[in-house]
Amino acid sequence: MDRLVVTNLTKRYEKGKFALNRVSLTVPSSNGIFALIGRNGAGKTTLVRILATQLSPTSGSAHINGIDVVKEPEKLREIIACVPQEARAINWTTPKQFVYAYLLWRGYSFKEAAKRAVDSLKRLGIGGYMDTASRKLSGGTKRKVLVATVISSEAKIIFLDEPTTGLDPLSRNELWEKLAELKKDHFIFLTTHYLEEAEKLADRIAILENGKIMAQGTLDDLRKMVKYPYSITVLSQHKVQKPKNGEMIIGVDGHSQILTTEREAKEIARKLVGKGVKFSMNPISLDDIFYHIVRKPVEEEGNYDEEEWA
Amino acid sequence: MKRSGLSQFTASILANSVYALGNYPAMMVSMFLSPFSILIVTFFVSNGALLPVAITGGMIMVMTYSGMSLQTDLAHLKNDFRVQDMVVSSPLSAGMYLFGMAVSELVYAIPAIAVLGALAALYVHTSILGYVTLIAVFLAMFSFSTCLGFFISTFTTDIMESWAYTGIISTILSALPPVYYPITYIPMQFRIIAYLSPATYAAEIAQNAIGFLPLTQAELATNWLVLIIISVVIGYVAIKKSRWRE
Ligand SMILES: Nc1ncnc2c1ncn2[C@@H]1O[C@H](COP(=O)(O)OP(=O)(O)O)[C@@H](O)[C@H]1O
Ligand SMILES: [Mg+2]
Repeated sequence: MDRLVVTNLTKRYEKGKFALNRVSLTVPSSNGIFALIGRNGAGKTTLVRILATQLSPTSGSAHINGIDVVKEPEKLREIIACVPQEARAINWTTPKQFVYAYLLWRGYSFKEAAKRAVDSLKRLGIGGYMDTASRKLSGGTKRKVLVATVISSEAKIIFLDEPTTGLDPLSRNELWEKLAELKKDHFIFLTTHYLEEAEKLADRIAILENGKIMAQGTLDDLRKMVKYPYSITVLSQHKVQKPKNGEMIIGVDGHSQILTTEREAKEIARKLVGKGVKFSMNPISLDDIFYHIVRKPVEEEGNYDEEEWA
Repeated sequence: MKRSGLSQFTASILANSVYALGNYPAMMVSMFLSPFSILIVTFFVSNGALLPVAITGGMIMVMTYSGMSLQTDLAHLKNDFRVQDMVVSSPLSAGMYLFGMAVSELVYAIPAIAVLGALAALYVHTSILGYVTLIAVFLAMFSFSTCLGFFISTFTTDIMESWAYTGIISTILSALPPVYYPITYIPMQFRIIAYLSPATYAAEIAQNAIGFLPLTQAELATNWLVLIIISVVIGYVAIKKSRWRE
């Protein structure tokens, strides 16, 4: 029964619009990474906070390994740990003190907490910073301290809300390496708006947009949702024709993107080379899938009026 | 797994005060300074006569400050570090977290309590029952102000706002009411205002215990009753309003 099952989960903040609108998800919660992707305001944090028992939903339900998130929070809290978005290790603690305090809060004996804190920081490769005040650490190290904190306990279900947002590319890569290692013995529920991150790390992905799940599955499942396997991006204001087989998207920056078949992609590429137009051609990436799916108008599932949830 | 309540309680004290003091020793001085400056002023103005009252008043002020620091500290950990969300998603209960946090505020007060305690031993003379009453009053004031601090922290969203409340409430609770001098110094028509502050009731009990203010048994009982009822009501409202899970 190692699954995370979300059923028609809805959250509406006071008088606000729907932050989550009948979200349903099924994800195996065995070791691995599940990435929830979506742009700012999509509802990622709201979903994480509900699943991590920090927030009550307006309606709907969720179960993790058979435990009811809404009705059995105490039971669930035994097996989960969460790094909230924009969490920081307390300024005036050292990493060792912070992880130690967290473990004490979880109820470990003083001895066990001290041992686990050191082990966990070493596992994240930051044993050398163990005794440096957190406020003096670099952004990348600070995030690693938080990850070390939540994996230091026996909890195997870990929520990380945008763990790499704001990090430089190098630090981000380092953290990715650690997460790829940690997923061997944890289920990591990760949110991000870096599609590359999901593509690199995730075993399963869901796309959240406007409080709705637009797609879910493995990367291959998502690829199948886009009819055309190739993408050509024209890197200039050059006017391109719509492909016979495929679709064209005009980006906000004026770049055109064409999704099409392999054959037609090659044909278009040849023409563009002839005209000397700058372009790139790739098999579709998660980026293309994301834009393809998110640009589509949100489907109205069922026809209910908003008052129903008031 | 068997979880240790002692560990959970200690964690709040370490995180909120012990580790902080290692970094910012000035915090200890800040807790110390206000009660002493008023104590010294009272001492000079009264030619030393009111020293025992000022000492007990200083203690009441320290207890009040503890509650107000709890208010800003809870808000700081919750809003600026998101530590509260981290511990909500863990097997720690709200009560244990808050209890540890409240007691952690007393760590900052240790120097003030030590010095006031030493002064009290020298200059405050009363019976055993008197001393017991004083300790009970201080504890009552501590629980009242921590309950109030906890209550305020449930609706503040920014540290700036928390500071504003700290300023307002510590003044209303401990600088304005007759904490450093007997209420009989206040002209009759203004006394009613003093009775709006719970600190007045606490101070009266304390001043009575050290022989500076005569109170009938009925008055004494009323003061205790008011102090306890206010604490219970504020505590109840805080617990109702505070949503561990929002
Ligand atoms: N406490 C709140 N009160 C009202 N609206 C909120 C609150 N938190 C988030 N929202 C709104 O809910 C939507 C989803 O927000 P959020 O879950 O934070 O998205 P994300 O994490 O994907 O950026 C946004 O429109 C946001 O403005
Ligand atoms: Mg978010």
